Amino acid sequence: MDAVGVILGFSSYEGLVFGLVAIGVYLTLRVLAFPDLTVDGSYTLGGATSAVLIVKGFNPLVGIIAALVAGLCAGIITAVLNTKLRLPALLAGILMMVGLYSVNLRIMGGANVSLLREPTIFDQAGGLLGIGSNTIGLSIIVALLIVVIVLLILNWFLRTELGLGLRATGDNEEMVRGLGSDTNKNLILGVSIANGLVALAGSVVAQAQGFADVGMGIGMVVMGLASVIIGETLFNPRGVAGLLLAGISGAFIYRLIITIALRLGLAPGDLKLITALLVIAAMAVPYIKKKIRHEWIPPAERW
Amino acid sequence: MGKNASLLQVRGITKIFSKGTVDEVTALDDVSLDVNAEDYITIIGSNGAGKTTLLNVIAGIFPPEEGEVLINGDDITKLPEHRRARYFGRVHQDPKIGTGAKLTIEENLAFALLRGQRRGLKAAINEQRRELFRSTLAPLGLGLESRLDAFVGTLSSGQRQSIALTMATISNPTLLLLDEHVANLDPRTAQIVFDLTEMIVQREKLTTMMITHNMECALKYGNRLIMMHRGKIIVDIGQEDKQKLAINDLINAFEQAAGEKLVDEAILLSRCEL
Ligand SMILES: Nc1ncnc2c1ncn2[C@@H]1O[C@H](COP(=O)(O)OP(=O)(O)OP(=O)(O)O)[C@@H](O)[C@H]1O
Ligand SMILES: [Mg+2]
Repeated sequence: MDAVGVILGFSSYEGLVFGLVAIGVYLTLRVLAFPDLTVDGSYTLGGATSAVLIVKGFNPLVGIIAALVAGLCAGIITAVLNTKLRLPALLAGILMMVGLYSVNLRIMGGANVSLLREPTIFDQAGGLLGIGSNTIGLSIIVALLIVVIVLLILNWFLRTELGLGLRATGDNEEMVRGLGSDTNKNLILGVSIANGLVALAGSVVAQAQGFADVGMGIGMVVMGLASVIIGETLFNPRGVAGLLLAGISGAFIYRLIITIALRLGLAPGDLKLITALLVIAAMAVPYIKKKIRHEWIPPAERW
Repeated sequence: MGKNASLLQVRGITKIFSKGTVDEVTALDDVSLDVNAEDYITIIGSNGAGKTTLLNVIAGIFPPEEGEVLINGDDITKLPEHRRARYFGRVHQDPKIGTGAKLTIEENLAFALLRGQRRGLKAAINEQRRELFRSTLAPLGLGLESRLDAFVGTLSSGQRQSIALTMATISNPTLLLLDEHVANLDPRTAQIVFDLTEMIVQREKLTTMMITHNMECALKYGNRLIMMHRGKIIVDIGQEDKQKLAINDLINAFEQAAGEKLVDEAILLSRCEL
């Protein structure tokens, strides 16, 4: 494969799995207006949980489902801290992120767990399809399958009566209570689903790279945020489906930029700065455009 | 359900804010009130009299320090707001409070349609519901029925308040609570929204409590009038007496009951433009 093919293939795979993180961030930040920082911790939680189960001999699929459930639980705790114990959302997320670091170390019994000689969903899928399990094509197929399933379910769920309640909660809590829906329950459900998706992504990535590591989640919130914002800025989406697709597309473009940056010789350590600059650029561009057109611009949010 | 109970009973409600601090206010002071089916009560009183607080206690925004709220004979004093919402449709002064800006018109209405019902995994919007929304919006004459997928945040405040009113009434509330709901609108739009309110209240025979800031309007509309002052209901006039009353009689009634002069010029001087 030529360099362009490699870059595109690699970014597609990464865009898809990290797209799941982006969708999680989109759910909390945009749908629920709940800035959730649990993500860094729940991503690792997903990787750790599934890695340990796989090493113990469980089917990789069981590992994935367990990761999902662990993420759901982490999200529930964050949202309960906020809605029942009245901690500010940001603080609840930070505390969970910090606390989960220790939990993840305990789960793994150390800083990392290797999956090198263990079966993964990629091996299983490769076996089913008769492709070697280490090809980028297979990684893309597996990731695509998972992302498509998740997107279809979310696109359906957010339009149901219950899902509409989640979206309404992020829009106007006073109205939601006045119309007989429990905003606390809605927040708990939504933050839970978001962290479940993030943990799912962590589980897939751990199996793809052959290990789970206690630091693998660092920077995931910012990466998800970058993806969501890039997607929104570039595609200006409308409606549930559009926003979901924009999140995935944003993740793809984000990973594309990162992959190219690495190819151009930047060190992995530079990536954090690139990410920060990307978010700043993606947020400032719409502002500058409007400024040039002398449009009114609301002041920035303060959370 | 108590057989002969009024539709709504407010019994000895006291609401104190910031209790035990220098800011302590007794917003409601041992208030009792029986609302009967098909009452259309206008509520008037000067700023800070406790009108909004009364509606808030009824709707369950916050619990009272003392007293009970019963609906159809059932004690709902301890129910949180969202669990008693099925009884109440409510429109606030600010259209933003009653509507979701980032949702479309049809999403807002679909959300309001299920007030007090279980929200499940059925599609929130289907063609049958859309048809219902169109036929509910068409009589308003604002053209909103053809803009079901417009985001409510892009509507004018009059259009938005009309949506809020529709949302409050679309699932037939036991009691409609209106809190100066046209006060923030320009005169023409206020008239439109107010006429809509009258139309819906009459057509659906809705039991209604409406706060207004204007004596003339309070006399002109509804079939019962309540005046509040310093956290108490000091005047409560039924339909027959109300029809005979002129503003001056109302002022006298107030001054007799309150034992002081009515000084709120907004209440006294403004004409009812509606
Ligand atoms: N949430 C609150 N916290 C603290 N004090 C409050 C609160 N709500 C109302 N109050 C106080 O209670 C008193 C009654 O207020 P309320 O809003 O019921 O008056 P109102 O009759 O609706 O007046 P207006 O005509 O100005 O709307 C006021 O002194 C007000 O400052
Ligand atoms: Mg008021």
